Parts: sequence; structure tokens; C-alpha cells
Amino acid sequence: MPEIVNAVEMRGIVKRFPGVLANDHVDFDLRQGEVHALLGENGAGKSTLMNVLAGMYKAEEGTIFVDGKRVNFGSPRDAIAAGIGMIHQHFMLVPSQTVTENIILGLSDPRFFLPLDALDKKILALQEQYGLKVDPKAKIWQLSVGEQQRVEILKMLYRGAKVLIMDEPTAVLTPQEVDELFVTLRSMLTRGHSIVFISHKLDEVRAIANRVTVLRHGKVTAAGVTAKGATKAQLAQLMVGREVLFTVKRNPVKAGDVVLSVENVCAENDRGVPALREFGIQVRAGEIVGIAGVAGNGQSELAQVITGLRKCSCGRVVVAGDDIANQDPRSAIRRHVAHVPEDRHHVGSSPGLSLSDNLIMKSYRESPVSRGWVLNRPVIRNQSNHLKNEYDIAAPSVDVQARLLSGGNLQKAILAREMTAGPKLIIAVQPTRGLDVGAIEAVQGVLLREREKGTAILLISEELEEILSLSDRIVGIYEGRNMGELRAEEATLTEIGLMMAGTPRGDAGTR
Amino acid sequence: MIDWIIILQAGIATGTILLFAAIGEILAERSGVMNLGVEGMMLIGAMTAYSTAVKTGHPWQGVLYAMLAAGVLALLHAVVTINFQADQVVSGLAINFVGIGLSMVLGEGLSKAGAVSLLPVWTVPLLSKIPILGPIMFTHHSPMVYLGYLLTPAVWFYINRTRPGLHLRAVGEYPSAADALGINVYGLRYLYVFIGGLLAGLAGATISLAVSPGWFSELTTGGQGWIAVGLVIFAQWNPWRAAAGGYMFGALRRLILDLQGPQTLLWFKNPFFYAPKLGFFLQMAPYVLVIIILIIGSREAMKKRMGAPAALGNPYVRGERGL
Amino acid sequence: MAVSENAARGFRFPYAIRTERRLTTPGWLPIATTIGALAVAFVIGGVVIQAAGGHPIAAYEHIVQAAFGSLGVFNDTLVKAIPLILVGLACTLAFRMKLWNIGAEGQFYLGAWGASAVVLLPILPATTPRPIMLATMAVAGFICGAVWGFIPGFLKAKLRVNEIITTLMLNYIATSWVLFWVFGSWSEAGFQMSPQFPKSAWMPRLLDYAKQVKIFSGMTLHAGLLLGLVAVVVVWFIISRSRWGYEIRLIGDNPRAAYYAGVDIIKNTVLVMMVSGGLAGLAGMSEVTGVVHRLQGAISSNYGFTGIIIAWLAKLNPFAVIVVSILFGGLIQAGREIQPSGVPRMLQGIILFCVIASDVLLKYRVRVVRK
Repeated sequence: MPEIVNAVEMRGIVKRFPGVLANDHVDFDLRQGEVHALLGENGAGKSTLMNVLAGMYKAEEGTIFVDGKRVNFGSPRDAIAAGIGMIHQHFMLVPSQTVTENIILGLSDPRFFLPLDALDKKILALQEQYGLKVDPKAKIWQLSVGEQQRVEILKMLYRGAKVLIMDEPTAVLTPQEVDELFVTLRSMLTRGHSIVFISHKLDEVRAIANRVTVLRHGKVTAAGVTAKGATKAQLAQLMVGREVLFTVKRNPVKAGDVVLSVENVCAENDRGVPALREFGIQVRAGEIVGIAGVAGNGQSELAQVITGLRKCSCGRVVVAGDDIANQDPRSAIRRHVAHVPEDRHHVGSSPGLSLSDNLIMKSYRESPVSRGWVLNRPVIRNQSNHLKNEYDIAAPSVDVQARLLSGGNLQKAILAREMTAGPKLIIAVQPTRGLDVGAIEAVQGVLLREREKGTAILLISEELEEILSLSDRIVGIYEGRNMGELRAEEATLTEIGLMMAGTPRGDAGTR
Repeated sequence: MIDWIIILQAGIATGTILLFAAIGEILAERSGVMNLGVEGMMLIGAMTAYSTAVKTGHPWQGVLYAMLAAGVLALLHAVVTINFQADQVVSGLAINFVGIGLSMVLGEGLSKAGAVSLLPVWTVPLLSKIPILGPIMFTHHSPMVYLGYLLTPAVWFYINRTRPGLHLRAVGEYPSAADALGINVYGLRYLYVFIGGLLAGLAGATISLAVSPGWFSELTTGGQGWIAVGLVIFAQWNPWRAAAGGYMFGALRRLILDLQGPQTLLWFKNPFFYAPKLGFFLQMAPYVLVIIILIIGSREAMKKRMGAPAALGNPYVRGERGL
Repeated sequence: MAVSENAARGFRFPYAIRTERRLTTPGWLPIATTIGALAVAFVIGGVVIQAAGGHPIAAYEHIVQAAFGSLGVFNDTLVKAIPLILVGLACTLAFRMKLWNIGAEGQFYLGAWGASAVVLLPILPATTPRPIMLATMAVAGFICGAVWGFIPGFLKAKLRVNEIITTLMLNYIATSWVLFWVFGSWSEAGFQMSPQFPKSAWMPRLLDYAKQVKIFSGMTLHAGLLLGLVAVVVVWFIISRSRWGYEIRLIGDNPRAAYYAGVDIIKNTVLVMMVSGGLAGLAGMSEVTGVVHRLQGAISSNYGFTGIIIAWLAKLNPFAVIVVSILFGGLIQAGREIQPSGVPRMLQGIILFCVIASDVLLKYRVRVVRK
């Protein structure tokens, strides 16, 4: 048996951000030729720790050893030179440049002139070696997410990275693409690479990792335990610090009239590529319809078309009997369509304005928040304080700038605002993404309460567990098409996975 | 009569000013920093060049100092926008005011300076014999004009076909990606803002020592710095288009002057000769044209879905997500 | 004490400068940094004046004397402050929405032209009663300025044309436009100025009441100041108390959120540019009716550009615009006699630069810590 050499050793890492202790004396080690999963909730400090290893952040305390030698990374370049490459959750690829240009970006060879044809050939050879296919001359923005991930991996391999850090690599992939990725990763292990796999998905961790380190609130709660040896429940408890219920209590509600009817809608995304192709769906009062799909298959565009933020080139969007397709966002607001947007920082809130200004974004036109042309300050103040208490928004006062709120509190504020309008229809896009467990429960609780009140809810989420536990019906979306629907009780992960991968329901049986 | 050869020849000479300034701004903006202070930097350049030539008698020394002076002004912009993360628009305006004010203060009395040795005038031996193009492009031009011919393709090639150019584009499009690969985002932004300043200074020196020699306070540039900024947008950050636009504007300026001369225009009485006050409308023409080409440029950009470098205008802070 | 300790430990400098992002900004800080920035700006300006062969201390003394030294000169300073207040407000309103209207200079010219047109075309006879005449001129000035703001506003909203360049180009076009009239149809005896307006088109001035109040004799302060102060209150009310102002602030802070909230961004862009232009136009009207009493080529001492600096120095607060305008009015007033002549403009530039540089202190806390 060969001697076990630690490819990476991190000892006593401390990293602070203003107001947060992101890593609190964290130890971590990575053996040669293993997949080591770093497990933890959002905000547990996993990405921070790996950013320290990749030279992006500088730790306040602690030491790092690579192949037994002490290193001190001042920049990502130092880390890459030591053979450590990180693939970030948000791909670090320049959209307007080609695959080849992205792969050689930042290297000191070639010195000055770019022999692009020769470089293309070199990259094709590398692709051959690892079985990662992608056209070297293609511009990044023309590629699918899966292809972009391959470019990221190639970029690190081209630099001779021995240690590959992958931050939530499966979040954007279909289950089938995830399997392909795992094949690639395993073949890399046989070539002597070691991999850190950051994730919060227990099943995947158990499928790919040799060992697991769990982080909670910046501290290690399990160091390098064998992945096969731990049960899902044990890992979950280590991750969140208490027993986790994998089910949400849902009371039966009788669905009422159709509130939202989307009929044959086509729309383009920001790049002018068709994102929705004759998509149709209906949502009734008192039911939650979940849209399951891999990111970038038209979900965002669907939410935008319904709420008036995006034009559609064909089809109808009927809300409570009126077609509001291709009208402005106000016509949706007037019909009591609430929208919990995907991007709560850049769309759902105004970071430089106060919390109370954020809370009146949808109601400032109406009495009593405004009288005629004039805002009614005392009413706004009272209402904001009331919402702050009711929704348990942690903030020093309602005058504090929204940018200072944490993600969870910001999301609560957005929900508070959207729910006060007395919605008939709620479009909730990724409502719990990036939140901690407490905030997730609060957000899901609000949605379930609204359902019982008889509100129609369209839930768009990439978290399959969330879709499964909240929805009454589940619709699969793939390349902007409706792949069919399942009742929540009869749905299985396999069936949903097939729809997400582009197999319409009904075809599945005949295959 | 209107002599088109002379108008185009003068257009090339005047256009060289815009070409330098616009290409400098293209480099700065490609790195993600917009510098609206071009007009102020050009004025500082024009003043420094002229005053150095007056004092030392060496016009080339004037060119060098002009570039450095404008470069220093650009570095101030770099400090405030890159390190202090100030708004690039406001900082650019401030650079403008500082540049205009400083050149007025330091250029006091300069307009009365006597004879000054200016940049030489060259005629390229063989090339000037080419019909039409020869007299327009290669006859009686300042060395600056020939430098402009070389600079345009060189900068295009640099941006698109070299490693530093690749890094420049990455820094302006996606600085955190560039940073993650060990490219020095701050350093490169400093560098290209500085180069933008150098070229604006060069443009200023080209005015005061070659194209329209002398120091006329604010009127020395007369808004050409702003036209250059507008040209960058029209040019879609491409040096070739910036050069073409620059020469076009240069020719237009000369045409405006010459239109007021002859008594007849084509077969009609020349209204600009008989009613000189109409000349004010001619003076508006370049500025109106800038607005028109901006409209054309933005329509084109909307259609082709292309546009400014993605990170243009955003300060980069390591560890904060975003473009 | 500290020195000897350092010496004992050798030459290693024991302190380091650390910056960290501020989560909140105390209320006094913006005022303190602004005053600090002003002080630094005057020091830098002094160095440049010295370098250019002037005497900085004497120059500054002169500025204070010539701007605030007596009631008479303070009167002149206030007269200069009037157009600055209006133009500063124009920029404040537009900047609140992150609309970079740097065309206040041109809008000022158009406003002056529009007001003059009432008298010079003429639209109203010279015998028109003064209130009607002045009200008509104010409306004309506002409308013409607003038209000059409409063009870039519309181009920005509908065609996404960069408003910085268009507003700037329109400045040059506006000056040529005014020159066309004062050299042409409205020229008085071939000079580049119009004939003097009839008295009915003069703003009331303090010296008009010198018979009743003796101290007013020779004081040229005109009713434009009232116009400016009313405008301050109106703009403040719009920005912080009205529904429209809420939309403006929302768009200025996050246009995507504004669109999501159902705000009509196109309409607001055009409207804000028009009101901004209108305010600058009012400044032009106030200048021709209150000070110059005729239309001529050079009616603005760069008021339009100074307005940008004023708005920024006032941190986009309408009431602070008054204070800053008086300060800058004094600078312009006193600067007319200072040599070299570019000093006021240079100082303005340096002040703006120091102020935006000092803003970093609002974002970051800079601390000296022991190593």
C-alpha cells in the first residue's frame, strides 16, 4: 500500500469579513488522488475557505502546506503556480472571448503574439486526452452551461493544476450531465489529480466523494470522515446542527378556479436566442405548481413574461380573465400578481434606499401610502414597522439601507412587501436560494400559508427537494418547452430528472 | 471654388487629433475605466507643448512634456476611480475642470509669445506621387499624421492578436475572472488610463504645435475632446472606426471654413457668403453630426446586441461579486 | 514617549494603515469630509498659484474680501449665486436619477434666449405690465430650457443614446444659436448684443426701493433670489416627499428594481431631463432680466458647468445647494480681478476633485493600527 501524502494541508485558517467570522480556525486536508467533499450550508464558509486556498482571499491566521511544503499565496497566480486551480460557482469566463482565448488567459506563454491556430490544436489535443469536447473557436456566450464548465476544467488542466477545487459544480447541470461530470472527475483521479468538491447536496457527496469535511458557521463539525460510512441523516445533522425534517407539512387544499393561464408563449432571452417555445401552463387558486428544470431552460424568462418584465413574440398570458402579455409590469401589479424575483439584490430591492422605501415599492401609488402626488410619511413609517415585526426582519430600524440587510432578511422584506398587496397569484423564483435553514423555513411557511388562503402560486426552483415538498403539481421545463406534468404524490426523482433532461412525459414509458 | 483635395488633406491633419484622443480613450475604456476628462487632458497637453516649445525651442520636447502632463492628470483619475471607487463620470468631469483651469492659469500670457519653432512638415518621397491619395495623405503633413497611420492598425492588432491585448479585454469585460487568473486588474487599469492620458496629451500637442499652432486658451481644443469621447461610442471601441470617424470630422471642420469663402456654391449664390450670420449654423454642424452618429451607433449596437466593455464604469473590488 | 519607544525598538515603523468597509455612516461625517476636502483643495490651489508666479495668500485674502468683505460686495456675491442655485438644482434633480445632464450651460442659454424672445421678437409689447411680462418670460425661459433637455432625454430614453455627449454637444449648439440671433436679427447697431430690454422686463431690484429703505441704494440684488429659493423648496419637496420623487430616487438607485416596481423609466427620463433643463432655463431668464437686461453672446460665466460641481458638493441636497452656491458665487465674483485669470475655474476643478476623492472616507474607515 502506497504511503498517503497530503496534497494540501490547511491549519487553523481564520478569515473575517466585516461583521462575520467566515472561517474560525479551520483545519482541512486533501489526500493525493481523492475526492474530498466540503459540505455545509450556504454561508457556512466553504467557498471562503477554498478561496483562501486558491489565493483569492488572504487569511488573517493559519498556514497552508502543499505537498508538504509551506506556501503563502499572495494571489491566485501563486496558487495556480503551485498546482491549485479553482472552478467557481459563477464561471470565470469572459463571454466575448473564444474558448481558446479564455483558456490561455493570464498565462505567460505565449509571450506577445497569439498564434491562435496552433493554440487551438494544442487545446484539441488536451480535450482528446480527458474526453472534454468543446469547439475552441466558439465564443463563450454561445456555449451551454455544461460546455462552459468543460472550458473551466480545461483551463485548469491546461495550467497543469494537480488540485482542482470545484464550487457547487452540479448546481447548473441536469442529472445526466452530473453523471458525465462524475465520469470525467473519476478519470482525472486516475491521472493523479486530487479534487475538492464543494456542495450542500448530500446524495451527490455520497456518490462521488471519498471523504467529507463538514463546516457549520465557519467551524469544522466533521473532519475527513469517510463518505460511505456516514448516513445522509448524520451528515445533515452535522451540517445544520439539529435534526432535519425532510418533509414539510402541507394541509390539503381544494384547488379553485384557474388564476393564471399561460398559452403557447414564445420569448427570447437577453441574447436574442429563443428561451420559451410555445410554453403553456395553468395555475389554480390554492395550489402550488412547481417548475422543475436546469438553470437556463427558460424559467427566468417565464417569470418575466408573466410579470410583464419581458416581451413575448407569441401566445397569451391570462391572469384572472385578462390577457396581460406584452403589457408593462404595472398591469401585472394592478391585477395583484406578486413577484418574488430571482435576483433579490439587483431586481427585487433597491440597495441604496431605506428598508421602508423598499417596502413600499409596489404600494406607493395607492392610498394610504400616498395621497395624490404626496407620500404619506407617517403611514409609511407605521406600516414598515408593522411589517418588520410581523415578518421578523432583523434590522436596526426601517431607515437602514437595504444593502445592509443579510440575504435572508432581505428576502423576508421582499416577501413582506409582496404579500401585503393581497396577492391572487404569486410568482416565486428561487425563493430560498442562498438562505440559511431558519430563513428557508420562514419563506416556505409564508408560501404555504398563502396557498391555504387560496392564492395561486407558481414556484420556480432549481432545488428539486423544495419543488417536491411544496408543490401540488410539478411541470418539467426543458429548452423552453413544457415536458409534461406530475402530481406531487406520484412524482419520483427519476421521472422529474428525465423531464429536466428533455424527455417529455409519456415518452419515458416507450423508451 | 471648393478644393476637395485641400479639404481632405486638412481633414487628415485635423482628424489626427481626434484619432489620438479617441484611441487613447478606447484603450482606457477597454480596460473598464471611462475617462471623460479628455478635453481637459488635451488642453493641458496643448498648453504644455506650446509653452515648452516657446521656452526651449524644441518642439519634440514639447510633445514629450505634453504627453507626460496629460498622463499625470489621467493618473489622478486612476487613483480616484480605481482605488477610491469614485464615480467615473464625476471624476472625469473633475479632471476636465482641473485640466481647463490649470491650463488657463499656467498658460497665462502664452498667447502673446512670439515666434515658436513648430513640428516639421514632411512629404513622403514616392507615396506622395500617387494620384489623389498622394496629395491627400502623404504631402506636407506633420510627422504626427504619419504616426496616426501607424497607430491605428498597431492598436487594433495589439488589442485583438496579442497576449497583453487579450488581458486588456478580459480586464474590461470580466475583471474578477482576470483577477482569478492572476492578471493584475488594478495595475492594468492604471496603465491604460495613463496611456489614454498620454495619447490625449499627444492630441493636444498636435493641435498647438502642428495643426493650428498657438495657444488660444479654452478655444484651442474647442470641444474636440468631447467629440473624441463621442467617437469612441460610435466606433464601438474599434480603432479603425475611430480613425475613420476622426478623419471625417477633420474634413468637416475644414469644409465649414471653406464653405464661407466662395461667392457661388454649385450653381447657386452661396448663402454663407452673402449672409455671414448663417455661418453660426455651419459651426453647429460638427456637434449636430456627433449627435447623429451617436444615434446611428446606438441603433446599430441595439440591433447587433453589442456594446461597451461589460465592466465599463464599475470599480473593481476583489471579493465583491459582479462583473 | 512614543518616539523613544520607537527608537528603542529600532527602525521598524510600528503602525500600519488599514481600511475597512463602513456599514453605516454617521451624519456629521459628510460635512466634515467636505470641509476637509475644501481645505485641501485651497492648499493645492495655493501651490499652483505660487508655481504660476502669483501670491496664494494675497489671492485668497482678496477672494474673501472681494466676496464677503462688505455689504456691497456680498450683494454682488448673492447676485452671482442666483443662477448658480437654479443651475445647481437642475443638476441635483437629474443626478438623483443618475442622469448625467451636463448640458445645463446650453439650457441656460436657451432659457435666456426664450425669455429674450418675449421682448425681442416681440411676443409681448414693451408696455405690458411688469408682472405679466416677467411671468411670461419665466415661462418662456423654462419651456426653452425644457426643450433643450427634452432632446437628450428623448434620445436617451428611446434610443439609448449616451446623454453625457448629447447634452455637451447641445451646449455648443446653444451658444451658436444665441450668437446667430445677437449677431443677426437682434443685433443693436451691429454689435454682438441685443438692445436693452424695456423696464417692464427688468426683475425688481433692491435699489428700486432705495427711496423707502436707504441701505438698499446701489444694491443690485434682484427678485431672482426669491425664484431660486422657491425652486429649492419645490425641488426638495419633489425629491423627498412626492411620489414622483420616490420614482426618481428608485430609478437612480436601481433602475432594474424600478422597472420591476412598474415605474415608467422612459417617461421619467424625459420628464426629469425636461424639468432639469427648465430649471437651468430659468437661471438664464433670471440672468437676462435681473442682471444683463439684454441678450448677448457672453451671458454665462460657465454657470452651467459650475452647477455640476455645486450639485455634487451639496451631496445632491437642495438646501445645501444654497450654501454652496453662495460660496461659489463669491469665488466667481472675486475671481474676476484675480491674476492669473483662470484661478477660479481651476479652484472649482480642484474642489470637485478633492470632494469626490474624500468620498472614499464615507465608504471606508481608515484606521492606523499597531503592527
